[in-house]
Amino acid sequence: MTTARTARLRRSLVPMVALAGAGALVLTGCSAGGSGSGGSGDGASEFTYLSLTENTAVADILTGLSTGACKAENDALPLKVTNQPQASIDQQLQLLAGQDALPTLFAAGNTPQLLKDLNDSGQVLDLKSTFDDLGVSDDLLPAATSTIDSLYGAEIALPTEFNVEGLWYNKQILEQNGITPPTTWDELTDAAAKLKSAGVQPFSASGEQGWPLTRLVGNYLFRTIGPDALQKVADGDAKLTDPEYVEAAAAVAQLGADGYFGDGVGSIDYDTSLNTFTTGKAAFLYMGSWALSAFNADTNEIGAENIGFVAFPDVAGGKGSNAQLAANVGVPIAVSKKGYNDKVGAWLTCIADNYGAASLGDQGVLSGFAVKDDSVEVPPLTAELQTTIDGSSDSVLWFEALFDAQATTTSQTNAAQLVTGAITPEKFMELVQADLGN
Amino acid sequence: MNNVFGNKRAVLVFLGPALLIYTVIMLVPVLWSLGYTLFTGSVITGFEFSGFDNFAKLFSDPKVGEALLFTLKYAVILTVGQVLVGYALSLLYVFWLRKASSLVRTLVFFPIVLPTVAVSLLFQKMFEVAPQNGIVNEFINLLGMPSVDWFGSADTAFLVLVIMDIWRSMGFYAVLLYAGLLDIPEEVMESARLDGAGGWTLIRRIVIPMSLPVLLSSIIFSINGTLKVFDSVLALTNGGPGSSTTPLTLLMFRTAFSYGDYGYGSTIALLLTVICLLVTVFIFRSSRRDLTKG
Repeated sequence: MTTARTARLRRSLVPMVALAGAGALVLTGCSAGGSGSGGSGDGASEFTYLSLTENTAVADILTGLSTGACKAENDALPLKVTNQPQASIDQQLQLLAGQDALPTLFAAGNTPQLLKDLNDSGQVLDLKSTFDDLGVSDDLLPAATSTIDSLYGAEIALPTEFNVEGLWYNKQILEQNGITPPTTWDELTDAAAKLKSAGVQPFSASGEQGWPLTRLVGNYLFRTIGPDALQKVADGDAKLTDPEYVEAAAAVAQLGADGYFGDGVGSIDYDTSLNTFTTGKAAFLYMGSWALSAFNADTNEIGAENIGFVAFPDVAGGKGSNAQLAANVGVPIAVSKKGYNDKVGAWLTCIADNYGAASLGDQGVLSGFAVKDDSVEVPPLTAELQTTIDGSSDSVLWFEALFDAQATTTSQTNAAQLVTGAITPEKFMELVQADLGN
Repeated sequence: MNNVFGNKRAVLVFLGPALLIYTVIMLVPVLWSLGYTLFTGSVITGFEFSGFDNFAKLFSDPKVGEALLFTLKYAVILTVGQVLVGYALSLLYVFWLRKASSLVRTLVFFPIVLPTVAVSLLFQKMFEVAPQNGIVNEFINLLGMPSVDWFGSADTAFLVLVIMDIWRSMGFYAVLLYAGLLDIPEEVMESARLDGAGGWTLIRRIVIPMSLPVLLSSIIFSINGTLKVFDSVLALTNGGPGSSTTPLTLLMFRTAFSYGDYGYGSTIALLLTVICLLVTVFIFRSSRRDLTKG
């Protein structure tokens, strides 16, 4: 190539490179400057709520409030709901947070860690001081706020649900087989053996979801080692590979080895596990109180009156007790700090005052808000559960509550293998511990 | 033509817009991702320069090892399967079905048109064991054998994945290779037949050597596609049971987007890119050598 041609080529390349560079700048400019619906200078101009596609309860209640008790607030700041599938909510929140464009309200991610990170970067509103300022702190149930506190280390989420978890049982099946609701692990395994030999599937669980199985491991740990079992792991004072931790995985694996979960547990999805129980094909179901709406519904073939609830049983010689109910706040809702203004404050006041009654009345779901309306009709099973909650001394979290996203995924995707015997209890705990990395 | 390309302004006008779009939507993100490999953190917590820590982690991470092994196993088995079945089908079209092959060709090609997720759901139902038996387990029961939990163990889940992907893509490779076979001059075949070549000898001596270029293209297509497998795994097994059917792509996606670790995710992506590059270069090189020999 001659020098003249090279020079000509170079001259022609300069504008092209400049053009490409300008294009790149435009692109980066776009991504940095794109402000979300919640991100105007003086707080939000719309009461935007990023909901989970799978969980319509909160959106339905908020929509109901917007035309009812919170109509004035809605006129000042209209509610706008957008949906995001649960599987990609973490991504969406990361993306929006990266652009400083979080919606006013948003469903917290799949793991508590994400909301903690958002809080550390100053994007989440502190609800304790906000509710104190608004004078509505009494509207929150102390049990719910303490659960949020132990999850996130701060009160940064609205307890739109307050769930307790335990074993739901089919009263009729237990009676027919002469079984009383088990209060110890040995009683539970004896009951399962009896049911299996009578041709009844003892447990229904979704291995596809994984968490209904790892919940059993977590609860077993809380009963044997005590309520701080998993905090010790999070703090690095204990490891999941320690023998007393592996024992819990082994106990749950044994249930699988004995065939108590039925066939193909790894392929059973959430709905199927629920249906197996509500059609009377399984005696026990470990599930949270959010399932009350399904139990109280007409589609429940065995009838709500035929369902009982016991806390996860005691393990002989363990430090925990079945008075400590496993509790969670479902998928709590966080508030964007940037989007906060007086109109958002008015909405939050209205939610605090009315959410509890609306949730219980419309959806039959217990929330972490006080129910201020005495006229709300509570289904008997829900009322029974409320009594149990009131009688419990303390609450514990769940197996993955203090894990990061990676360890949570590893735990839940390997749970089915644990109960089918594809991996040993040692291996299971080893895999999860490896992701915890401490 | 020379005049047009001699005019730099014309080159700029023709190439500029395409190059700009290519730069903005391809090169910039690629370089951006390359830059991420040296950082740790997420968009929320902020990024921190970490040097070559991600690369050190890459070589000691058992998950990457497992995913890499799975990716290579899947790519090799599926490439062999796709191309062999596709080649067999194309021979069937050309030598046995001949003019009547268009209906069979359309039918066999059909699965490639279907969305992967739909095909995956179809196969999930076919191989299902709970809550009710799928058609495959029903058939097995009919033969007097117990049902198999196909998605419960790594080997059987892999088998279903391979069967599904070969079924899905064989029609495409069959058509691709069929086009190659049509290019073989009839005179060559005729003279080979006159020389006494028939059946297997004809295929081995004439058909395979003469369709080698298109066969090689198919292999490159196939191996590059299968190394980057994502959707069918995600929809059929979601990488499970455990992580036993997790390819590098899914591990990369999860690391970057589910766990928020863009830096390490980009490092895994780089590993995948290097593997694709190596495989392609290797195949191109070996094909060039073959052609000069021939």
